[in-house]
Amino acid sequence: MKFGFSGEQEEFRGVMRRFLAERSPTTEVRRLMETPDGWEREGWRALNTQLGLTAVHIPETHGGQGFGYSELGIVLEEAGRALLCAPLLATALAASAIMNAGTAEQQAALLPGIAAGDTVATLAVAEDGGGWEAADVRLTATGTGGGWRLDGAKGYVLDGTTADLIVVLARGPRGLSFFTVAGDAAGLSRRALRTIDTTRRLARLTFAGVAAAPLGAAGGAGVPFARTMLQAAAMLASEMVGGAERLREDALAYAKMRYQFGRPIASFQSLKHKAADMLVDVELAKAAAYYAAAALDEGDEELGMVCHLAKAAASEAYLQTAIHAVQIHGGIGFTWDNDTQLWFKRAKGSEVLFGDAHAHREAMMRHMAA
Amino acid sequence: MTEFTEEGVRAAARAWLEANWSPDYGLVEWRNRLIDSGWGVPHWPRAWYGQDMPSGLLPVVDEEFGRIGAVTVATAGIRRLAAATILEHGTDLQKEKFLRRSLTGEDTWCQLFSEPGSGSDVAGAVTRADFKGNRWVINGQKVWTSSAHHADWGLLLARTDWDAPKHKGLSYFILDMRQPGVEVRQIRQMNGHASFNQVFITDADVPPEHLVSEVGKGWAVTTTTLMHERRSADGLRNDSAGYDRPGRCYAEERDEIATVQEPYKWYPQRRGRVDLVLQRARETGKLGDPMVRQEIARLMILARTAEWTARRARVAAAAGRPPGPEGSLGKLVASHVARAAARVHTQLSGADAMLAGEDGPMGGVIAEILVSVPAISIAGGTDEIQRNIIAERVLGMPKEPNTDATRPFRDVPRNAVR
Repeated sequence: MKFGFSGEQEEFRGVMRRFLAERSPTTEVRRLMETPDGWEREGWRALNTQLGLTAVHIPETHGGQGFGYSELGIVLEEAGRALLCAPLLATALAASAIMNAGTAEQQAALLPGIAAGDTVATLAVAEDGGGWEAADVRLTATGTGGGWRLDGAKGYVLDGTTADLIVVLARGPRGLSFFTVAGDAAGLSRRALRTIDTTRRLARLTFAGVAAAPLGAAGGAGVPFARTMLQAAAMLASEMVGGAERLREDALAYAKMRYQFGRPIASFQSLKHKAADMLVDVELAKAAAYYAAAALDEGDEELGMVCHLAKAAASEAYLQTAIHAVQIHGGIGFTWDNDTQLWFKRAKGSEVLFGDAHAHREAMMRHMAA
Repeated sequence: MTEFTEEGVRAAARAWLEANWSPDYGLVEWRNRLIDSGWGVPHWPRAWYGQDMPSGLLPVVDEEFGRIGAVTVATAGIRRLAAATILEHGTDLQKEKFLRRSLTGEDTWCQLFSEPGSGSDVAGAVTRADFKGNRWVINGQKVWTSSAHHADWGLLLARTDWDAPKHKGLSYFILDMRQPGVEVRQIRQMNGHASFNQVFITDADVPPEHLVSEVGKGWAVTTTTLMHERRSADGLRNDSAGYDRPGRCYAEERDEIATVQEPYKWYPQRRGRVDLVLQRARETGKLGDPMVRQEIARLMILARTAEWTARRARVAAAAGRPPGPEGSLGKLVASHVARAAARVHTQLSGADAMLAGEDGPMGGVIAEILVSVPAISIAGGTDEIQRNIIAERVLGMPKEPNTDATRPFRDVPRNAVR
C-alpha cells in the first residue's frame, strides 16, 4: 500500500493550517462555545465555501473536489488542531453515509448541497446509553404503503439541533437502513444535550411517526453502515491527532518558557522524559490515523482492523497528551482561562464518541483473529 | 566511467557483476576483485577503492548485488565501523594497512569503548594510555565487547590527559588484540547466554603509528564510530547472499556470518516475539478471553504503529524531505513493544510462565523472551538516554546544567576504581 503524503498534500495541509489558525484562534473558539448552537452559520458558510471543506471527499460529478479520505483526514486533523467550532465532522460523515448507501439519484440529489455548503448534515446512529454497532439499533422503520415512518430516539447526534439533513440508522422489517430526514420534519423533536466539550454539540432526537425516505434498498444498510463506521473511526482519529499534536506543542513551548529554581523547567529530566513520551504517543497515533485514511482510499485488505486501531490509538493518545499538558502547565493548567482545558475537553469527548478504546480494541481483534 | 544517475549506476553495476560474479571464487579472492573494481565500496573515494559515488545511490547497487546474488564486501560485525572510522580519521599508513583486509573480512574487529564505570557516559572512560619510551602503554578494563574473543584488532578509547576536561583528554587507538596484555573473558547474561566480553588490558602495547587522529581528539573519532553504529543498527545484512545455494564463495560467507551471529541467537526474543502472540493465544485457548483480547490488541497497536512510524520516516527520507521526529523514536518504541509483548506472553502462559527449557512453553522460547526483554531498553543507549536525546535534539529542550564537562577530569567525581 502507498503510504506517505505527496508534496501536493503537504502543501494542502499548509494552506489549511494557515487559514484555520487565522479564522479559529482560541478567542474565536471561546466566543463560539458560548453561543447557543456552538457555531455560526454565516461564518461557517463563508469559511466552508472559501476552502471547500465539506466538498473535499465528494466526487466532482456531485459538485465536490473529488479527493479521498487522506485529504479529508488532513482537513479534519487541521480542524482538530485549531479546535474549529463547526459542523464539519458531522456533515462529512453524513456525506460518507449517503455515498455508501444512496442510489445514484439520491447521491445526485443530496451531495451537491453538502458540497456547496448549503446543507449542514449529520449522522444519527447511537441511541440512549450509547453503542455504535448494528445490534444496538432499536429505532424502528415501518412501511406505510407508499413511504416509511420512524419511531424511537437517537442520542449523541453531532450538531443534531442545527443540522438541515439527518441521516438516521433504523431497523425495519428487512433489517437496517439509513433514512434521510429533514431537520424540520414533522414529528421530530430535537433537544440539545449539555456536554463537557462545548466546542462540539450533541443532541437527543425523538422520532414520533416521522416520514422518511430510505437510502438505497430498504434493509440493505448492513454493509454501508459498517463502512460508514470505519470511515467515522478513521476520520475522528485524524481530528484527534491534530488536537493532540497542538496540545503537545503548546505544553512544550510553555515548559521552555517557564522558569523555576533558576532554570527553564524544560531543562529538568522529569519534564524532558515526559515530553519525549508525549512525542512517542502522538507520533504513533498519527501514523495510525494516516495509515487508516490511506487504507480507506486504497481498499487495503486489513482496512477494518486498521480503522479500529486508529481510533483506539487516538482515544488513548489524545487524552494522555491532554493529561500531561495540564500537568506540565501546573496550577495555571487547571484554570478556565488557560486554553489547555479546551483541548482537554475535546479529548475527553472524542475518547468515547463512536466507541471508546476498549470497544475499538475488541473490534480490532474480531478483524484480526475472529 | 559510471554516470551517477539511477539508470547509469544500475546499468554499470549490472554489467560489471554479470561479467565478473561467480560463486566459485574463494571469499577473499572475490572480495579483492570487488575492491579493485570500485564496486565493493562505490561511495568511498577513488583513492581508496571507491568511485566517489553519492551514497544515495547505494541502494541501487545493493539491488543489483541482490538480483544476481553476488556476495558483497564484509559487513558482519564491527568491521564496517572500523573501516568507516579509519577512512575518515586514519593516516594513509593506517588506511593501507587496515582498509582492504577489513573489507575482505580477513581482519576482524571489536569496539573497546564502554567500561564498568562508564556506560551511558562513554566519555568518562578511565582506561589509560601513557606514552613510555617510544610506545603507548595501555591499562584498564573494557566491557560489553562483542566478538572480542575472535577479534584481531580493537578500536580503543583511552584517556591520555587527566588534567584536560573530560572530552578533551581522550585519544583513539588501534589495539592489537593478540598480545599478552589483553585478556578476554565472557560475560554471562541473566538469560544464560554469553554474547559479550570483558577485556582486561594490562600493560598492553600500541605503537605510535596506531594512534588515530591526534592525541586529545579521541572523542571526535569515537563519535564517528558511534554514528556509523547507529546508522547501521537495523541495516546490517545478517543473512548470506547465497542463502543455502551452492558455491564456495557462499559457503565461506555463511561461515563468516555464523561466527559473528552465534552469540546472538536470542536477539529475536529480546524484541518480545510479537509474531508468536496470536498463535500462542490459539494454542492456550485464551483467544476468547476478553481481558486477554484487550491486552493483545494493545500490543498490536504498539507494534503496528511502530512499524508505520518507521515506514513514514523511510518514505519521507526517500522523498528527500528533512527527517521529522518520527525517525528518532524507533529505539524507544521497540522497548515499549518488547515489554508489552512480554506481559502478553506471561498472561497467555499463566503458571507455565514460571517454567523454562523443555518444561517451558514452546520448548523454552517463552521463558527466553521473558528473561531477554530487559536487554532491549538498555543495549545501544538506555531508554532514559533515548528520551534525553529526543528531548534535546528533536524537541529542542535545554541540556541539564553539567558538572563535569569543563573542569579537569582528575577532579570529576566518579565511580571508585575497582
